[in-house]
Amino acid sequence: MESILVLTHADETGSALTKASLEAVTAGQELAGRLSAPLAIGIVSSGPINLSKGLPSARLLAVSGEAFAQPRYATDAAACEALCRAAAATIVLAPASSRFARVAAGVAHRLNGFIDTHITAIGGTDTVEVTRWFYRQRVEAVLTRDARPWFLLLDAGTHAAYAGVPAAAPVEEIKVELPAQRTTVTGIRAPRQDEQTIRPDAKLLFVAGAGWTKKQPDGQIHVSEAAGLILGFLRAANASLGSSKSLVDQGGEGNSVLPFLTHLNQIGQTGATPRHPKGLATCCHGEEPHVVGWRFIAERRAISLDPNCGWTRGKADVVYVADAFPVVAKVNELLAKGN
Amino acid sequence: MANALHIVVCAGISPDPLQTLEPITTPNGPGLKNELVLPAVLDPWAASALYEAAALAPKNPGSKLWLVSLGPKAKLQQVMMTVAQKVPFELVPIDGPIGGFPDAHSTAAALADTIASLPGLDRAKLLLFGGWESATRGAGITLQIVGERLGITDQFYGVDQIDLHDDGSFEVLERIEGGRHQVSVCAGTPAVLGWATGNLAEPRNNPQVGMANMRTIMPALQKAKPATLAANSLRYVSVSLPKQQRTTRVVKDLTPDQIAAELVEWIGAE
Ligand SMILES: Cc1cc2nc3c(=O)[nH]c(=O)nc-3n(C[C@H](O)[C@H](O)[C@H](O)COP(=O)(O)OP(=O)(O)OC[C@H]3O[C@@H](n4cnc5c(N)ncnc54)[C@H](O)[C@@H]3O)c2cc1C
Repeated sequence: MESILVLTHADETGSALTKASLEAVTAGQELAGRLSAPLAIGIVSSGPINLSKGLPSARLLAVSGEAFAQPRYATDAAACEALCRAAAATIVLAPASSRFARVAAGVAHRLNGFIDTHITAIGGTDTVEVTRWFYRQRVEAVLTRDARPWFLLLDAGTHAAYAGVPAAAPVEEIKVELPAQRTTVTGIRAPRQDEQTIRPDAKLLFVAGAGWTKKQPDGQIHVSEAAGLILGFLRAANASLGSSKSLVDQGGEGNSVLPFLTHLNQIGQTGATPRHPKGLATCCHGEEPHVVGWRFIAERRAISLDPNCGWTRGKADVVYVADAFPVVAKVNELLAKGN
Repeated sequence: MANALHIVVCAGISPDPLQTLEPITTPNGPGLKNELVLPAVLDPWAASALYEAAALAPKNPGSKLWLVSLGPKAKLQQVMMTVAQKVPFELVPIDGPIGGFPDAHSTAAALADTIASLPGLDRAKLLLFGGWESATRGAGITLQIVGERLGITDQFYGVDQIDLHDDGSFEVLERIEGGRHQVSVCAGTPAVLGWATGNLAEPRNNPQVGMANMRTIMPALQKAKPATLAANSLRYVSVSLPKQQRTTRVVKDLTPDQIAAELVEWIGAE
């Protein structure tokens, strides 16, 4: 018989579980229900006080201590390994957060188990079948394994965050043999608050293409105007910024022509495939932004000067054949009035 | 700075991103149509790892750089024709299957065995590099398992930067959520670094580097050990291209003001 363990971790404040962790809890509860399997939830944090409060009825296990206040391979792998050994589950679910993505495969290996990552759906009738993408979101596969334990790392946004009736189960504290710590986490480097252009929780992804910095119909380039319009839009619509590779690469050696853009903004095959309810592509042509980068964008619109852009056809819901400069300027003006 | 590094870069090959991919069933499980003739490139994130490694090695005299790559021999040879012109390295090819569908745990085992038996490798000096995810399987698990198999428990993923200090310690920047980086300092080698894009542009082709590399690459390819990868009970239920084709409304005759009004309404709608 199967038994399920969901691994979760605290957010950066240490006082709540991450949203992605709660999404994994939902997935775990659904799977345990379908398979009539027992459910355990493991928590990694500096102190589990209050973290278990909102969780459903399950066996609750926790590792805690200062060593787990920050994500780090050696300590997190030891923590997850201890939780997995204590739970002895056949299927381990965990969110594909940067924290767990760093260690989950190593932990699976320590338990003589196997792992599949970037899972977007869990299905099957008698068996467990999972869906994931290959070739950077270009080919979709459903797969299964008989070998156990089987670790599944779930992509964020594929399940609703658990918000059901909380049960007040006691938390079992699990002891961890801490390995020697050779790595110290010294901090987080982030753009200044007002320069942060990547907002994973935004409702809209604004994709900027290389067209913004190319010669315009007047024969000139208008980079600073483009920068102003893009930043203005992000602010007014509270959108997240994605970019085509061509635009990010223009500066070479990591420096973009648009100073607020970095490779972290890049979407597509060698970039990210973020999940947002809506996406607006501007001044881009390529397959990457429209096909790969947009894989997990629900509603998609594009503004392009090119009336024959083949990549938007069949991929976007609406394409406006127009100059993005005046359109975005007007959108910003209208949004500013509305706010 | 006197910290000689032994850098091993694990890099697979992947179809050139501009190719159309069509999944098919082969006797060995799923594959891609014409996979062996599709133009291939060094897996992009692993390629960033190679370029970063090649920039790091000369700054640390006495350093060595190996490129370990598993794939069909003939295909590896093709890709090396270009890669060899970029930076100097010693190729360690493993003759194995192509593509994203073979099981990553077996790939990791084959890589780890090969690295463990590399002549001249000092594992205390080892920096194990690779891409944080491949462009084929995109799983991000191979390097972690290779690291575990080699007993390395300082591992970093989504790496965009490494700065070595004189005392052998180094600072690493890893991508985390929200377009930010986590900064860590590691006491020194050995460590595993799964690279994202890094900060370096693709080096220009240098035929002299190419010629020097090819002298060792060709014999290495001839001697490449074959690897068969166990499936570890992995079974594909279906493999398909996404079908959703959208009906695209092409709007050609609206003024910028009209388009803006439509967009604002759309953005605000739930
Ligand atoms: C190994 C490899 C990996 C790659 N990985 C990625 C990846 O991860 N992500 C990615 O994005 N690309 C990637 N690419 C590149 C990709 O193939 C395309 O070249 C790229 O996406 C094109 O970018 P673009 O659409 O911004 O630029 P372009 O193709 O230059 O298109 C610019 C568009 O802007 C339009 N335009 C210009 N001015 C205006 C205006 N005023 N208003 C409206 N429209 C305007 C033009 O008509 C044109 O259609 C990769 C390529 C390779 C070889």
